[in-house]
Amino acid sequence: MTTTTPEVTYPPAAEIPAAAKAHKALTNRWASTAAVVIAILWTIPTAGLLISSFRPQRDVQTSGWWTFFTDPNVTLDNYKSVLHGSETDLATYFVNSIVITIPAVIIPISLATMAAYAFAWMKFPGRDILFVAVFAMQIVPIQVTMIPLLTAYVNPPFGLPQLAGGDAPGGGFYTIWLSHSIFALPLAIYLLHNFMKEIPGELIEAARVDGAGHVRIFSRIMLPLMMPAIAAFAIFQFLWVWNDLLVALVFGGGSLDVSPLTVRLAELSGTRGQDWHLLAAGAFVSLVVPLIVFLAGQRYFVRGLLSGSVKG
Amino acid sequence: MSTGEKFVQMAIAIALFVAVVGVMLFLADRVKSRRGEVLQTTAFVLPSVVMIAFGLLYPMVRTVYESFRNSASTAFVGTANYHHIFTDHDQLIVLRNTAVWVILTPIAATLIGLVYAVLVDRARFEKFAKALIFLPMAISLVGASLIWKFVYDYRATENAQIGLANQVLKTLGFDTYRFLLTGPWNTIFLIVIMIWVQAGFAMTVLSASIKSIPDDVVEAARLDGVSGMRMFRFITVPMIRPSLIVVLTTISITTLKVFDIVRTATGGNFGTSVLAYEFYVQSFRSFNTGLGAALAVLLFLLVTPIVIYNIRQMRKLEAR
Repeated sequence: MTTTTPEVTYPPAAEIPAAAKAHKALTNRWASTAAVVIAILWTIPTAGLLISSFRPQRDVQTSGWWTFFTDPNVTLDNYKSVLHGSETDLATYFVNSIVITIPAVIIPISLATMAAYAFAWMKFPGRDILFVAVFAMQIVPIQVTMIPLLTAYVNPPFGLPQLAGGDAPGGGFYTIWLSHSIFALPLAIYLLHNFMKEIPGELIEAARVDGAGHVRIFSRIMLPLMMPAIAAFAIFQFLWVWNDLLVALVFGGGSLDVSPLTVRLAELSGTRGQDWHLLAAGAFVSLVVPLIVFLAGQRYFVRGLLSGSVKG
Repeated sequence: MSTGEKFVQMAIAIALFVAVVGVMLFLADRVKSRRGEVLQTTAFVLPSVVMIAFGLLYPMVRTVYESFRNSASTAFVGTANYHHIFTDHDQLIVLRNTAVWVILTPIAATLIGLVYAVLVDRARFEKFAKALIFLPMAISLVGASLIWKFVYDYRATENAQIGLANQVLKTLGFDTYRFLLTGPWNTIFLIVIMIWVQAGFAMTVLSASIKSIPDDVVEAARLDGVSGMRMFRFITVPMIRPSLIVVLTTISITTLKVFDIVRTATGGNFGTSVLAYEFYVQSFRSFNTGLGAALAVLLFLLVTPIVIYNIRQMRKLEAR
């Protein structure tokens, strides 16, 4: 970052973008300091916990992580005991997180892409009204749906099989998969519909004239063209599901068999609140997957963010 | 269930889904008549519409109904649940906390995001500098809460500190402080966690918006003698106003539904509960369905106008 005085004379160049101007205005010594302070403040809390996760238990509990730099002791024991220790056993919950997340990404995105195609390119009576209705469902906070939805899983209507409880199929995963899928649909349909609409209509018309049905147009033309948008939403959905606490708590029914990492970590933070060597390692066990996904798909992630993929 | 069985269950679920959708599409594709069109449309739209109707529309109506009934949902109680929310001492604290959250978080996160976006714009390490602020967006709120709980960790002044915040206090010669236990300020320290997470979102959106300000606008202003801080105030900020509003409203919506931070950091104790957390406690811990439903409906009523405003602004942005 450059440190210039505010009285600097502007170069005569014709094109100075607004950002550069504002940048200049703010880039005096105080401004640079502010940026560095923000960057440090945003990084240090994470760095502290990361360093602690590699320090021996006794060190973590008797001295601050900043003493690591003068007295460095490194160990992987915390990770070993948090992953496989009988009391924490995070490896099991890591598996649960994966088992929950993969179907909860695949199912809603497939269904939403199909529905988005129908709303964009199929003609049927009531299409526009139905689309607005789906779109409006974004307003509903998931809290509003939870009590009746849980009741419906436990006492299903029309004699359908029970989805929650001990005898449920799939050990209770189905309620979590289904809930995540439902909650993702309105926003996914809306965003994918916006992308679909941008594909030129002549392309579809030409295919139709050649005798291709909707199913073929959808799978041969639309899906390949839609891949960037689908990837963007898939990354979002992955992060939401992996990082979710509320849906897993409510629809997992408190059964440890189907609880993801977040539920277990939140619980440990209550019951083992002072065992920072375990909590630190546990936190990073849960953070590593979303960080990898995020860094690998950052391009798509930012694009999705700018097109309004923000769910509640 | 063993690990292997879990993966088998997952494979079964995915296979089942793919098979059902595949068969549906295949059959719809075979019928080549007027009726085929109808079948195809049904196959494409119906699964989503049924799921939304069952999982969002029906529960929403049902919850509104429940909110006028008693705790076990056996009798109508009129507006008693709502009356309770606005008169009970504990519930009033919940409402107060929610208001503080929703006012402070969007403003602080947007301000920090905006300033940072301007400061690092075209700087040498722009990408790296942005990633630092942005990373908290990718992690869970449970993880974020743990990270900050560690910062806030309390030990008596005479002991060695392991929490950074109290070490700073001690170094400056103050007594150590119970950040998460001492009301009413503990709510502020929880809000800090949310600001830490949301500033990255604000920064990303605003940074993209700043970069898209047309050069001729800036040039015209410059010819009129506008520069420095006034350029920022009178050109940059007005030009990105729609994005600013979208960011502010989006963070407000997220903040209204905050649950994970409160549950992980304090468990809603010490006067830190908020609307979305109280809903969870009343519905699934105290089994007071009526009050839980009323809290959910209140959340719904508070979120709705912000979402509508947000969507309208977003459409305006897209139209540009």
